[in-house]
Amino acid sequence: MVNIANYKDMVVGDRVIRPGCSEEFNTGDWRSMLPVIDLDKCIDCLTCWIYCPDDCIVIEDDRVVGIKMSHCKGCGICANSCPKKAITMTFEQEESQ
Amino acid sequence: MSTLSLKDLNKIPVRLASGHRLCAGCAEAIIARQILMGTEKDVVVTCSTGCFEVSTTIFPYTSWKVPYVHTAFGNGAATCAGVESAYESLKRQGKIDKDIRFVNFAGDGATYDIGLQALSGAMERGHKMLFVCLNNEAYMNTGIQRSSATGMGASTTTSWAGSVSYGKKEYAKDMTKIIAMHDVPYVAQAAPHAWRDMITKSQKAFECNGPSFINALSPCPRGWRFPSEKAMEISKLAVETCVWPLYEVENGTEYHLSPESQRIADGKVEKKPVTEWFAAQGRYKHLMNERWEPVVEKIQSELDDRWNYLLKLCQL
Amino acid sequence: MMKPKHNDIAINGDSAVALAWKQINPDVCAAYPITPQTIIVEKFAEYVANGEVDTEFVCVESEHSALTLCTTSCSAGARTFTATASQGLAYMWEMLPITSSMRVPLIMAVANRTVSGPININNDHGDVMSARDTGWLSLFAENVQQAYDMSIIAPKIAENHDVQLPCLVNLDGFILTHAIERMTPIDTQTVKKFVGEFEPLYPLLDTDHPVSHNLMDGPLFYFPHKYQMVLAMEKAKKVAQDVFDEFAKISGRQYHLVEEYMCEDADCIAVVLGSSFGTMKEAVDQLRREGMKVGVAMPRVYRPWPVEDLAKLMKGKKAVIVMDRHLSVGSYGPMFPEVCAAALENKEVPEMYNYIYGLGGADTMVSDFMSVYKDVKDGRAKRVNYLGVSE
Repeated sequence: MVNIANYKDMVVGDRVIRPGCSEEFNTGDWRSMLPVIDLDKCIDCLTCWIYCPDDCIVIEDDRVVGIKMSHCKGCGICANSCPKKAITMTFEQEESQ
Repeated sequence: MSTLSLKDLNKIPVRLASGHRLCAGCAEAIIARQILMGTEKDVVVTCSTGCFEVSTTIFPYTSWKVPYVHTAFGNGAATCAGVESAYESLKRQGKIDKDIRFVNFAGDGATYDIGLQALSGAMERGHKMLFVCLNNEAYMNTGIQRSSATGMGASTTTSWAGSVSYGKKEYAKDMTKIIAMHDVPYVAQAAPHAWRDMITKSQKAFECNGPSFINALSPCPRGWRFPSEKAMEISKLAVETCVWPLYEVENGTEYHLSPESQRIADGKVEKKPVTEWFAAQGRYKHLMNERWEPVVEKIQSELDDRWNYLLKLCQL
Repeated sequence: MMKPKHNDIAINGDSAVALAWKQINPDVCAAYPITPQTIIVEKFAEYVANGEVDTEFVCVESEHSALTLCTTSCSAGARTFTATASQGLAYMWEMLPITSSMRVPLIMAVANRTVSGPININNDHGDVMSARDTGWLSLFAENVQQAYDMSIIAPKIAENHDVQLPCLVNLDGFILTHAIERMTPIDTQTVKKFVGEFEPLYPLLDTDHPVSHNLMDGPLFYFPHKYQMVLAMEKAKKVAQDVFDEFAKISGRQYHLVEEYMCEDADCIAVVLGSSFGTMKEAVDQLRREGMKVGVAMPRVYRPWPVEDLAKLMKGKKAVIVMDRHLSVGSYGPMFPEVCAAALENKEVPEMYNYIYGLGGADTMVSDFMSVYKDVKDGRAKRVNYLGVSE
């Protein structure tokens, strides 16, 4: 069987009508290093958040709470930009939470 | 315009979702996120073919949480102008009453080269749209080939540094000034490490009630050959060496340096030599060889000339 | 002074298209001038300047931008029209398959003109034939009346929710675009009611329901997307005939997927597109007076290719002559293989002949068309013939 999708499942015109559905694609699988945030050092300046290409800094009530592991590609920009050196890139040993 | 605080900006709904397939550390996504924080109104995004378009819309996934359309490569400006024209018509006829903004994202190829004609046309016709150039200084999506935005001396896959060649032989085209000469309300040069500057410029661009253009330097870890975590450092270095001055032009003739470049002009911050720019990136490392010293001097001289010319324009 | 007992006007084809557009009052029109389409945009620009339409009229800087702007305008939710010819169509060619795969019902009038080189501004079907594989619906006009009528009919076919494909409205350059003919216009109210309001699917400007339009397909998805277009084209055959029937009610003019003249009892029929259909009807009349049983047919709808109707038409015929006003250099004219393929639907296939004629505006008269039928009858015709080219 030729491996192609069923046209009946597709909206006509090469359209996707589920905005932001790329969130279902886990780019977190790409990384070899992951950022670890020391929340004690973090001053919630949100510099890491504005520089994250993948919107993976999780903010709640104006505070940094963690990294979106499903999508973080491990680029290291957050660690590099943190004014308090609160983020370190570490090698992933096994699948994290 | 409110004073920008990251905490406030964080409240703006996400327009570009995670899950896009741009390289780790790609500045294009950083720029796009910042640009889109420049308005809280409804926005329609259009894209020219390139890394950004391809990576954010791989069927059946889309990273776009706002309406989005792409057609082809050289027609990004016309693509955006089409949606804007429909909007103007329907608004005038009373069929729509929302306030909507329009922005096209294009790489340097789709802005400086193949996209130049459509861009010039759209700017000239006065469409109320923002055109953002995600300038990574080469045709990155097809494999790092040179564009007219590539700096002199850069090694690209169509202008290699080799045994007889030092890389690209031409200076980068000054696209920002070309668009400024179209007398559009707002034109600016920006860089993603300077987020406050970028977002302020985006705000002005979205509210200028006419065509606007932002040329945003987009450091590319893959094509410029530097470790991905340094993307914002490289962005800053471009401004510090005056390779990429930050400035804006209003109504075609009023030039203003932006704070970071102004500090260099005022002598408060040291202007770094272009050799530091070259040393930080693999695409330029061959220029460190003393054989190419005359080329480096030539490049420094041209950069200085352009910087001084810009300073003169700002004094007019 | 006698008042005429009719509403007929004397008008050229380009102006007739512009008149139809005015009556429909599209939301957006972006076009770049090229001979022989210029009168369409100039006339329409006049309507805009005098406030007779609400159209956002955009003077784009190239045809590529024209089609781009019109495509996304249509995707945004605005009824959009444009027009071009020849090199303009060639320049926007990159966008043609994109517009159709985006499934937007954009209407484009094509003032058929040959494609360079050599550069030539006169009529043949080189331009529209280059678009034949691009997924656009394609209608042909034989005269100015039909150029006007097809301009009104096209949006109704294209915008049908089962179709959603862009449509070309073809009229021969200079022969129809610039020559003045008598025409009966329909009153504006009736035109507006017939065409109706534009009801776009998934308009971009509906910011409450964000749509991403025209994404990148991998091998899993491209073919199924194209197949959706195949199905739409298939549906378009019935939709077109239904729209023709509805149009007959408001105009008294009944159109069909294939128009035929004197074909029923003919031994030999010709298949031709555009204004030459009219000329060949003259030729058929004269030959009939001489005792030859001949006929001529025109696919009014060129895309979707009306296989069934053509097959029915060719059943039992001794010979079929395909008149092509374009040539695939190194092969046949474009319609020839498609007519032959349609003929395969029947048990017996007639003798098939291809005549390449009128390239670059070469003037082909009634007598020339008569000679074609005679050559076929007298066994002088080859498989592929070049009408008028000296041996």
